[in-house]
Amino acid sequence: MAKNDLIGGSLWEQYSEKVSERMNNPRHFGELTEEDAQALNGRLVIANEGAESCGDTVRLFWVVGNDDEVIKAAKFKSFGCGTAIASTDMMAEMCIGKTVEEATKITNLDVEKALRDNEDEAAVPPQKMHCSVMAYEVIKQATAIYRNVDVETLQEKDIVCECARVSLQMVEDAIRINDLTTVEEIADYTKAGAFCKSCIEPGGHEKRDLYLVDILARVRGEIERENNPEGIVEDDFLTLSIVKQIKAIEQSLDQYVRPALAGDGGGIELDDVCPAEDGTVTVSIVYQGSCKGCAGSVAGTLSFVQKSLQGTVSDKIRVVVA
Amino acid sequence: MERIYLDNNATTLVDPAVREAMDPFYCQMYGNPNSLHSYGIEVRPYLHQAMEQMYAGIGARDEDDIIINSCATEGNNTVIMGMYFNLLKDTRKKSLVTTQLEHPCVREACRFLETQGVKVTYLAPDSDGMITADMVEEAINDKTALVSVMWANNETGLILPIKEIAETCKEKGVYFHTDAVQAIGKLDVNLNDVPIDYLTFSAHKFHGPKGAGGLYVRNGASLPPLLHGGEQMGGHRAGTVDVAGMVGMGKAMELAVDSLDFEDKEVRRLRNKLEDALLKNDDVMVVGDRELRTPNTLYVSIRGVEGEAMIWDLNEHGIAASTGSACASESLEASPILTAIGADRELAHTGVRFSLSRFTTEHEIDRTIEVANKAIVRLRQLSTSY
Repeated sequence: MAKNDLIGGSLWEQYSEKVSERMNNPRHFGELTEEDAQALNGRLVIANEGAESCGDTVRLFWVVGNDDEVIKAAKFKSFGCGTAIASTDMMAEMCIGKTVEEATKITNLDVEKALRDNEDEAAVPPQKMHCSVMAYEVIKQATAIYRNVDVETLQEKDIVCECARVSLQMVEDAIRINDLTTVEEIADYTKAGAFCKSCIEPGGHEKRDLYLVDILARVRGEIERENNPEGIVEDDFLTLSIVKQIKAIEQSLDQYVRPALAGDGGGIELDDVCPAEDGTVTVSIVYQGSCKGCAGSVAGTLSFVQKSLQGTVSDKIRVVVA
Repeated sequence: MERIYLDNNATTLVDPAVREAMDPFYCQMYGNPNSLHSYGIEVRPYLHQAMEQMYAGIGARDEDDIIINSCATEGNNTVIMGMYFNLLKDTRKKSLVTTQLEHPCVREACRFLETQGVKVTYLAPDSDGMITADMVEEAINDKTALVSVMWANNETGLILPIKEIAETCKEKGVYFHTDAVQAIGKLDVNLNDVPIDYLTFSAHKFHGPKGAGGLYVRNGASLPPLLHGGEQMGGHRAGTVDVAGMVGMGKAMELAVDSLDFEDKEVRRLRNKLEDALLKNDDVMVVGDRELRTPNTLYVSIRGVEGEAMIWDLNEHGIAASTGSACASESLEASPILTAIGADRELAHTGVRFSLSRFTTEHEIDRTIEVANKAIVRLRQLSTSY
């Protein structure tokens, strides 16, 4: 919080002129038909993304040239807010003249950048970024249809957030492409976790197979290891002396876990590190500050700590409360 | 561009007569009412008069308190936090009953108490959007300290059966609180008829100034203050009284109560005119029976039209309405009301609220009908689902 955050911003005030203009007068809305495709000597592709129950849907129409795989025409329909309509309109425009292969590389960031009035200022506020993510996803969908990949399996695979129908791949991509570090950011970019919140961490309304805190810790760990290949790798960990193991754990806690908990006024201390017979290492921790006795968050926090240590130190680690 | 304001459940224009009543307290009678000298003395009759207007407005008895504060958020927090320090913290009473329909200031205050170990039941409305006295009765147990149910819902305008709920709470020996923000000036709120312990209101919802509110506390149901300090409000709410705000709120209350008949007939007629016109479009649904809603409110779901897109188009033509649906607010959650009343999930993002006031004109409603119908056609042409 600071001076500029205290009086919350109006969402619409933060839209670029281009966003407003395209909301009022979208240039590429409408439908393409088989007749249009024939006239252009191409194939009609129709792709759907999103669900009305989640607040946004988009339908993309392409005519792809029979000879050159070039997108000759693109149109869209959308159920969504101004940013959804504006980003889809821009996305459709960006597809025209590109090959399917090229179009598939268009990301939500490209769409958002194209909607900026000047390059240093975002076209939409962060809460609205998911609208351009949808524009990106529908291109993938269209490509999948064009290439005859089974759409059903593509849509349903590894859905992390049922409310917003966000897949594991979408979450991982959003984290990697946008360098996200918090679950709130994941919600801003993908809508995952923005609705019933069950998928954020254990303990919500509904039990889930995958939780955003876990995915985030794992992907952050992967990114960290890719950026820092000399870092400790898991095989090494079990061969380290106990002192070095403790140091590695402490270092990881300092870097990834404690800053996250400090945000909520909490903290943890390392209590013990003990190799178990089954080849795992039991790490005992003690909660400090607001984590202590905060029953609601304990399961989620424990899971977050374990996933973080598994991602950054060794997947053999099992975390328990001392 | 001509602008039309149909978002009166969010806030209202200050009635010019209210502003006139407030004006002398800025540059002429600016004394602190707690001062001993003439500057203090001269403002006190006006505060007494404002109190008379407020007590008369809601039918409070002389032995009860109306604590003047800054807004209903403060009043609601005073009740819920006060209940925590009085009962929940150290006695056998460990739980609260409220509803999923409440304003965030009730809901979040309850959520906060949950972190302190208080158990909170959030009653889900039935398929008509209603909370019944039976539901409340069923939720109360011997650990329940307080029941909090709003008088009328801000989004849909649905009026809850407050008399029955209050009587149920009285029978069960449980304190009852109602957030009456959307009821004052729209409905007859008379505490002579209804056994309520705590009631909150906010001046800016009935053509008074922003930053002025009231908390009614029945005699014998006193709570510890939220703000500690001076002896203002009999020690129940410290802080120098906003004299102009309080005088304005008193005047606004008087005018609101005087206008109830107009609200019930004329505002209702215009609301119904807008409602009937929008319903002539296919696949338009209005939430809540017309007779069960505050006379000024219309919550409409337009299939295939996303709520924020609709209010965008209205705003482009100078018309202010609002939406409880996903994208519009800072959070991305779908309208809790549409979700709660079990509306088709497809419709959860299609809600648009029009809320009129006694200043709304026939011409404004005619113009709104014209613009809204055009927006529906345009957005349905764009829509994937229509």
